[in-house]
Amino acid sequence: MKIKSQRDFWSGLMFVVVGVVFAVGATNYPLGASARPGPGYFPLMLSVIMAILGAIVLFKSLTIETEGGDPIGSIAWKPLLVIVAAITVFGIALPRLGLIITVPILIVMTSLAGDEFHWKGVVAAAVVLTVGAWAIFVLGLKLTIPMWPTVFGG
Amino acid sequence: MDLLHNLSLGFGVAFTLQNLMYAFFGSVLGTLIGVLPGLGPVATIAMLLPSIYSLDATPALIMLAGIYYGAQYGGSTTAILINVPGESSSVVTAIDGYAMARQGRAGAALAAAGLGSFFAGCVGTIVIAAFAPPLTELAFQFGPAEYFSLMVLGLVGAVVLASGSLIKAIAMIILGLLLAQINTDVISGQARYSFDIPELTDGIGFVVIAMGVFGFGEIIANLGMPAEHREVFTKDVKGLWPTKEDFKEAWPSVLRGTALGSVLGVLPGGGALLASFASYTMEKKLVRNPRVPFGKGAIQGVAGPESANNAGAQTSFIPMLTLGIPPNAVMALMVGAMTIKGIQPGPQVMTSNPQLFWGLIASMWVGNAMLVILNLPMIGIWIKLLTVPYRFLFPAITLFCCIGVYTLNNNTFDVYLTAVFAVVGYLFYKLSCEAAPLLLGFILGPMMEENLRRALLLSRGDWSTFMTRGLSAGLLIAAALMIVIVMLPSIKSKREVAFSED
Repeated sequence: MKIKSQRDFWSGLMFVVVGVVFAVGATNYPLGASARPGPGYFPLMLSVIMAILGAIVLFKSLTIETEGGDPIGSIAWKPLLVIVAAITVFGIALPRLGLIITVPILIVMTSLAGDEFHWKGVVAAAVVLTVGAWAIFVLGLKLTIPMWPTVFGG
Repeated sequence: MDLLHNLSLGFGVAFTLQNLMYAFFGSVLGTLIGVLPGLGPVATIAMLLPSIYSLDATPALIMLAGIYYGAQYGGSTTAILINVPGESSSVVTAIDGYAMARQGRAGAALAAAGLGSFFAGCVGTIVIAAFAPPLTELAFQFGPAEYFSLMVLGLVGAVVLASGSLIKAIAMIILGLLLAQINTDVISGQARYSFDIPELTDGIGFVVIAMGVFGFGEIIANLGMPAEHREVFTKDVKGLWPTKEDFKEAWPSVLRGTALGSVLGVLPGGGALLASFASYTMEKKLVRNPRVPFGKGAIQGVAGPESANNAGAQTSFIPMLTLGIPPNAVMALMVGAMTIKGIQPGPQVMTSNPQLFWGLIASMWVGNAMLVILNLPMIGIWIKLLTVPYRFLFPAITLFCCIGVYTLNNNTFDVYLTAVFAVVGYLFYKLSCEAAPLLLGFILGPMMEENLRRALLLSRGDWSTFMTRGLSAGLLIAAALMIVIVMLPSIKSKREVAFSED
């Protein structure tokens, strides 16, 4: 069988898989009866409906012709991986290294995701944003965000 | 003439120098936290609690009201400018508002949102003053079955938020409802889908999903396009102010949105929120042949929901003031501030503390007026922000989102979860699954489940309760009609022509 719409095929598959996973998960919780619905009642109902809808999307993607096969296109691996890595590094670094080091790391890392990278501009942005973040969040709003690396007793 | 007398009493209280200052301070602070993604009004109010409790009841409540409105206004600003809805109610605004910003019409969108909200706020104030007691009666008619049916209607309406495939939109709503099931069951206390991760038993934060899917997903998708095709914002900014045509198109939407919001806001729990997407649905159905199609930057799609939301926010004070039921966390803090001052919220507030009651209502209007005065001149500054080259803009957005998510609970787990949703957001983008319906399903999920289960408990498991109760049946029939209208082949083909992707 030929896939007639790539995007619909994969999204249908996604809905079916997520639906089945949630449905299996729901059976771990007491279902109850409709007079006394338990914690598993509503999620099971929803996940079954979603799996059915996913199956319909899947079926349509295999039967209804679309223009050019509706391709997904190339995946932007570089920005995807760089941005996700930058967010993760931010989470790891902030409690340990403080805002003062974490912000420049984040700015340099995310800037790498773009196709233009000039050290001068990036460093300037990092300085401005570090001072700005400190002024807004720590000075202005008095939020408890670690400012200095913990080795300095911050 | 009771109404005029009461309002003049209220304005007498609100227009003292001290109270004006608190209203101003509250609005400024509210706007600031609304614009900063992630930082919500609840966190801010919690930080301010010590100083709030040292104030008198009236200025304290006036300042809280200012923060509440300011945060909502600020939330729509980020929704329009960078596609990150700061507040759950501005999810709808992001759809057409961001599209307008990309076409260089951010000024018009911001002005429409501001002026529409102000108008709705004025009407809402009068509605509260005139109809508080009869509208309370309406809220009494709503039991769990009615709430469930209302939410079904709301979610069916949310389908219209997507412009692609209908079935995929419904599936996305259900996916949102399912994501909201990751929490601790409110009735039995059972942790669900938490995989023994303690942070997940509190549920996933709305902001985490909104930023991951909308904010980061959008950034990754933009960067993935070759630079010459990347049409993030046009350099050609068309004025700071809406044009004559914009005004002409926006005002009927503002009127409709205000009416809808005033009615729905009375329902405790999510009334104002439902109002904003009910209004979007209505605009999309009523406006024939819009100059700019919905989803591509129609000013009606900004003006209507923003007015509805603000009118709803205004009239949601009715259940709080008359029944003592707070519709959301901010209001709960306001009830707390009242009780600390020895004022029992309830119908008697109107007679026992007329100064406080009418003063608060008048200061809502003052707060709205302040926001317009404060924000209209700011539009120029916001638009300057959009002329910053994208290579500087996206690291800055990433940074503010990261800090915002971290400060939600001072917890890095939320940051990691946002990274996961960034991937999910990009996946949705690649599969052309639109995320707005998912977010609305996610917000309504817990309320919907609670009301469904309560209704079933009350009826001893009899599903027909939803059809035998008149009001509930009416709402469900309306929902069914809406599905039929969308499904009808002739209308469906029109829908696809009008909203198909390029």
